[in-house]
Amino acid sequence: MKLLHPGDYVKRSLLAVQEYSLLSARALANLFAQPLYLADAIQQADLIGVGSLPIVVLTGTFTGMVLALNYSPTLERFGSLSLTGNLVSLSMVRELGPVLTSLMVAGRNASGMASELGSMRVTEQIDAMRALGTDPMKKLVTPRVIATIFMLFFLTILSDLVGLFGGYIISFFKLKLNTYQYWNTAYQALVFNDVITGLVKPIFFGFIIATIGCYYGMKTKGGTQGVGRSTTQAVVAASVLILAIDVVLTQFLLELR
Amino acid sequence: MSPFEEQPVQVSPGPDTVHKTIIFDDVSLSFEDLQVLNGISFELKRGETKVVLGVAGSGKSTMLKLCLGLLRPDSGHIYVLGHDITAMREEELFDLRSQIGIVFQESALFDSLTVRENVAFRLMEEHLPEVEVDRRVREALSFVELEEAIDKFPSELSGGMRRRVGIARAIITHPEVLLYDSPTGGLDPITSTTIIELIMKQRDVARTSALLVSHRLQDGFMLASHYYDPATHSMKPVNGRPMRDVHTSFMVLRDGKVIFDGTAHDLAQIQDPYIREYIS
Repeated sequence: MKLLHPGDYVKRSLLAVQEYSLLSARALANLFAQPLYLADAIQQADLIGVGSLPIVVLTGTFTGMVLALNYSPTLERFGSLSLTGNLVSLSMVRELGPVLTSLMVAGRNASGMASELGSMRVTEQIDAMRALGTDPMKKLVTPRVIATIFMLFFLTILSDLVGLFGGYIISFFKLKLNTYQYWNTAYQALVFNDVITGLVKPIFFGFIIATIGCYYGMKTKGGTQGVGRSTTQAVVAASVLILAIDVVLTQFLLELR
Repeated sequence: MSPFEEQPVQVSPGPDTVHKTIIFDDVSLSFEDLQVLNGISFELKRGETKVVLGVAGSGKSTMLKLCLGLLRPDSGHIYVLGHDITAMREEELFDLRSQIGIVFQESALFDSLTVRENVAFRLMEEHLPEVEVDRRVREALSFVELEEAIDKFPSELSGGMRRRVGIARAIITHPEVLLYDSPTGGLDPITSTTIIELIMKQRDVARTSALLVSHRLQDGFMLASHYYDPATHSMKPVNGRPMRDVHTSFMVLRDGKVIFDGTAHDLAQIQDPYIREYIS
């Protein structure tokens, strides 16, 4: 394998950032341009949203259960086991619900988008679409962005709910906590800023998942091997970017308190 | 002459875009360090079919993508149907592309759509009534003699059938120019002849201008030596028949440069050793 000169590596990286920024800007601009492919967006929403339901429900439930199990020994030591619902609720709604749901959806759909668009790229289907007078950015990218943002928002809410329910299962059956006590502390723990934080994050994460998946798909080259490479890169980049943007968003939203 | 006196306006003659559908004017293109096209100039007349020959990597397919604005040249101008496409934005090109049909090397059919949806893609994007779409899809599929495959997916078709669906998709809007990228590449001789016959039929029945990229010399010579007879639905040799002009010329590319542009007769008479070796 040919080694890259550091200068070339920096140039390539900057070019990739520029191309990604342009794709993201065009995807956003196309939200307000005609034609808007709503039928394609609904089809993608079904693939992304309904298709991700099992994985999101399972991840949310198990995370809620693990949180309750992990917090209980410490809370018991301070005689505050009744606050289990409080901690599960805060952790799920503010942080783990949005982040874990996004990571799961990124693993499933950023890879799916990169491989689907990548295959279309290497078999000249994207060029054919342009040659037939259709803008692939409008037909392929924008519907995926709309669908991912929309569905991730609701998947996160669902994940928060099933996470709380998972915590409740452990609290009720293992920690022998009262049902009312668990749900009451879980509810009382949340303030407006916690809910807003939990609902703003998936909007940004959904945008990252769709644009990263589409970006790596649209720039695929090198046949089937290239498709595999794009798929892997899309999942890695989307996951890292979600976690990095999470830090920025959390800091920003905490300052709004 | 006083400075206020009106200067005579110098009118540049400009390219003849009335009689020429495609004009390449000193077009060059490089990919990183690789020079793909190096100062190419040629013209495609209305109703003419130009067969572009050359070895793999000589820039033939790149030239077709430049005609559609799918790639941008580094220098030079490309005029398509009277528009300087090098000065047009991507959004403006989408309208122009609806007047040009292209058949890709590997067909490039949308694999998640049926034959009907592939052929009707452009019409469905224009939101034409369903009845009109259906009529025109059947008309285009009937032209390529593939009506029975209307509900099949591309993966269920043979290579030759996919190429024919590609032709049907390209001609459904009755374009003024057709671009064929190695339409017979990878096909057996019998299927290749069927594809060439379809291209000939389009040339002689619809009088469409076409650029045909190929590395198979026999495809070009068949187009230059035969005509399509609508009465018998088959191709027939010209055999020096007077008044029968098949409007077919040849162009040979080598290392991104045009080394020959002329008729089949000129090509057969040429003394250039590289071309002689290529056509022998």
